[in-house]
Amino acid sequence: MSFLSPEEWTAVLLSLKVATVAVAASLPFGIGVALLLARSRLPGMWLLNALVHLPLILPPVVTGYALLLSFGRKGPIGGFLHDVFGLVFAFRWTGAALAAAVMGFPLMVRAIRLAIEAVDPKLEQAAATLGASRIAVFATVTLPLILPGVLAGAILAFAKAMGEFGATITFVSNIPGQTQTLPSAIYSFLQIPGGELQAARLAGVSVVVALGAVLISEGVARRVAKRIGGA
Amino acid sequence: MMLEVSLTHDFGSFAVDVAFTAPAGVTALFGASGAGKTTVINAVAGLFRPTQGRVVAQGEVLLDTGRGVNLPARRRRVGYVFQEPRLFPHLSVRSNLLYGARFAPKAAPGPGFDQVIEMLGIGALLERRPGALSGGEKARVSIGRALLSKPRLLLMDEPLAALDAARREEILPFIERLRDAGLPVLYVSHSIGEVARLASTVVLLDAGRVLAAGPAAEVLSDPALAARLGGAEAGTVLAATVGETAPDGLVRLDTAAGPVWVAEPPGAPGTRLRLRLHASDVILARARPEGLSALNILPGIVERIEPEPGGRAFVRLRMGREAVLARLTQRSVTALGLAPGVACHAVLKTVAVSRDDLGAG
Repeated sequence: MSFLSPEEWTAVLLSLKVATVAVAASLPFGIGVALLLARSRLPGMWLLNALVHLPLILPPVVTGYALLLSFGRKGPIGGFLHDVFGLVFAFRWTGAALAAAVMGFPLMVRAIRLAIEAVDPKLEQAAATLGASRIAVFATVTLPLILPGVLAGAILAFAKAMGEFGATITFVSNIPGQTQTLPSAIYSFLQIPGGELQAARLAGVSVVVALGAVLISEGVARRVAKRIGGA
Repeated sequence: MMLEVSLTHDFGSFAVDVAFTAPAGVTALFGASGAGKTTVINAVAGLFRPTQGRVVAQGEVLLDTGRGVNLPARRRRVGYVFQEPRLFPHLSVRSNLLYGARFAPKAAPGPGFDQVIEMLGIGALLERRPGALSGGEKARVSIGRALLSKPRLLLMDEPLAALDAARREEILPFIERLRDAGLPVLYVSHSIGEVARLASTVVLLDAGRVLAAGPAAEVLSDPALAARLGGAEAGTVLAATVGETAPDGLVRLDTAAGPVWVAEPPGAPGTRLRLRLHASDVILARARPEGLSALNILPGIVERIEPEPGGRAFVRLRMGREAVLARLTQRSVTALGLAPGVACHAVLKTVAVSRDDLGAG
């Protein structure tokens, strides 16, 4: 398409890739943490809750800096992942995905947790008296019932990942073709004289992607609700 | 012996200390709300763990706190029909019905799918979602779901409480059929009408304790319990067998207490029935009354008289191995000179008939 320059296309596609990977990789953890927060009576749940919410309330720059310290190649986690799995986050698109996942995680967990809390435990009890193990109860009763919440959480996290800027630029910088996501590209264009038009075009793309995400989530939620509601 | 239950648990404000054995047939756990009925049934199902308890079903120990045995609910194989139907809203009626079947041991005995949907009359609902069903339909599907999990016993926690009278009448025959098919049922209820119609054994609970337990005919005709068994609603049950039809169209029902004649033909000769007699529909007479329109007059001997506050009394008449309860005023008791050992006649004003296997026990 001639509408966007190759450089702009790169940024858009990179953002889509980063957001998709961030959501897909964090979704199982999001469901697990939401289950723990909604159901576990273990002590220390308040601490987990606070940790999960930290990226939502900390300045993104601080989150990015914390990621750099821990997941940088010399950081304790980053060093381990590099030595054992050859996985590198710092200044790579994988790092952008990690930053996006961490920033979107609180939104994802909140939505899923609300859905889990709305599930009637009596249905799960009924499944248990019918012979279902805990895993079977989760797979056949809990998960289908929280699906709308899981979708809502995933889409919120995706939208957040598409727009994430502060933590990303702090952790993985703003390297065109490597770590320059849509917001970073808009920022860069605004820094150079005469870049307003390009910045505006990318901003338009952002709006379209965000609206598309909302429309898709509404449509999916309606279909799921219809399937569950019967009639 | 099908089920042996004993449990104690202290809830702080309320303590449960219950022990009973339930033979085959329907065992009713009867009592007011808060008597501990649901606590007991949940302990049997494995949804509640009492401080101390032992539950043995069909020879298998489900719970024995003394020996550290506590099978999880999913391994107990008890079909639980809850007060609310608890159908899975995201699954079709068919998937709801088949939910438990895949977890049940293949070799376990149990009714087939077609048999259950036919018995419950839910064949037309299979592709619908629970959200599109009426209350009575939901109740039937939830009974079917429990049955198809091939349970070794069925627990029913007031399955009719949320339904109106018409829907209740729609479900009761199905529960009677279950009972007659031989599946042991533990049935929680606070409706004396349901208990009288269904139960072969009654366990009367009050404030967490067993007040009385035994064959339905005995417990229901105990004048000392009558006030707790519903007062004006109290009454006894008689086992009956359909006999011959007289030339005038009346049908004779044979009971251990004597013949009872009814106008509505309740079934083919030989059919076992249960007659329910409200205590307030029974009139007592010292001599066999003459010139009375009532057809059914059974002779008996006064066994026990229990005064009730408010000038009334419950009188139990022994009639062979059966007993009938009558509710009259204390003035009548005095006027008739009723006392234990006195012979008299019970005049039955109305008789309610329902299907039964009471005589089998």
